[in-house]
Amino acid sequence: MNLFDAFRDGIVWLNDPLNWTNPGGILDRLGEHLFISACAVLIGCLIAWPIGLWLGHTGRGGGAVVLVSDLTLAVPTIALLTILPLTFLGFGQKPVIVALAVFAIPPLLANAYTGVRQVDPETKDAARGMGMSGGQVLRRVEIPLAVPFLAAGFRTAAVQVVATTALASYVNGGGLGQFIAAGFGLGMAAGGDQIVAGGLLVALLALAVEGILALVERVVTPAPLRRVKRRAARAGRIAPATGDA
Amino acid sequence: MSFHAVGFQDAPGNPWFSWQYVRDNYETILDALREHVTLTAEAVVIAAVIAVPLAVAAYWFRPLTGPILAISGALYTIPSLALLAFVAPVLGPTNPASVLIALVLYALLLIVRNSLAGLNQVPAEAQDAATGMGYARFGRLLKVDLPLALPGIVTGLRLATVSTVALVTVGAIIGNGGLGDLILGGFRNNFYKAQILTATLMCVLLALVLDLILAGAGRLVTPWTRRSR
Repeated sequence: MNLFDAFRDGIVWLNDPLNWTNPGGILDRLGEHLFISACAVLIGCLIAWPIGLWLGHTGRGGGAVVLVSDLTLAVPTIALLTILPLTFLGFGQKPVIVALAVFAIPPLLANAYTGVRQVDPETKDAARGMGMSGGQVLRRVEIPLAVPFLAAGFRTAAVQVVATTALASYVNGGGLGQFIAAGFGLGMAAGGDQIVAGGLLVALLALAVEGILALVERVVTPAPLRRVKRRAARAGRIAPATGDA
Repeated sequence: MSFHAVGFQDAPGNPWFSWQYVRDNYETILDALREHVTLTAEAVVIAAVIAVPLAVAAYWFRPLTGPILAISGALYTIPSLALLAFVAPVLGPTNPASVLIALVLYALLLIVRNSLAGLNQVPAEAQDAATGMGYARFGRLLKVDLPLALPGIVTGLRLATVSTVALVTVGAIIGNGGLGDLILGGFRNNFYKAQILTATLMCVLLALVLDLILAGAGRLVTPWTRRSR
């Protein structure tokens, strides 16, 4: 089969309305996919942002942040997806959400930390000189100035989670990846069309989330900060952390 | 199935780790490890062969920087499973090359971006001095620009290697995932925990070992970065 035929078959499959509306069809799976992703990103934010902001505020734990990112980079997603259902979490969506949340934490944590660290020390001194307490400096100065970084981390984590949710299908965890996994199970002759269709859906969803969140990131970043951030991104190690692993 | 649904009541015959498993199956494990290492090495080498020239092209011709980064960025955003879903039907479902192509497309961005960052950090004085010594564009690239960009290139290779090691496991869906085959196989085969955890640990160890090797090699080829520190 050549690439053109494969994509044509995929489009034909997508063009069948029943494939969208059937139970376990595209709409159901899309809902599952978004629900799992949203829960995972939310849990990731609730854990990573407070820790990252606090570490950035106190200026400690930079090494730990790097270590966490490097270690999770080396752990295969499939390993967590297969291990967690065998623990007390049990089967179903819960272990999948936890596994994906684990992989959402590093970009959220690193960006929250960097966002607070990059605040100009003179600005912080000025805030202290105005009589602000440590907590007030964090709330009223550091966090507002870190918003562009928080947004960048959110975008990275969200795109990565949406992409990785496709792998939940390996353990029958739901989401759009199910079409691909089921197609591979059927074999190329019977399932080739839904493999390509599933691939298209997953890819388009990831690109759409990336595009939308890139816009959001731009909107919440005040114009003068945009140039500063680009300069900061250019210096030092560059690890674009979207995608899945 | 109902038995395993209460996972915290561990089955006595299904421990998380067992040397017995490792002893009985070391040949299978080594085969999977070999496949894993081969796929990783092939993917990173092919990706580097494509990515470094792309980075040089972006470095020489500024207008190309945007498109090159945008295209490799889009490829990076597309989930690995989707890439696999596009490639596998064309190459045949059991073809390891399907996994390889997906891995290469994925590793591309990491190497392009870091190599380009390395090239952009070459000091202007060094470039001027090289030009003054009579280096033409290509000679300067080989003798000055690329050597000075090596730290960036090595960083890219390390990131690409570590994430490729983790990503190879995705190929398990078509039975070409190296250690991932053991992980997924263990899950499907009555939730064989010892197999899942052994393969997982080996993945992480492999990533760390390859990272250390590349870091060491990087230090060897850039002795000047040590002295300046």
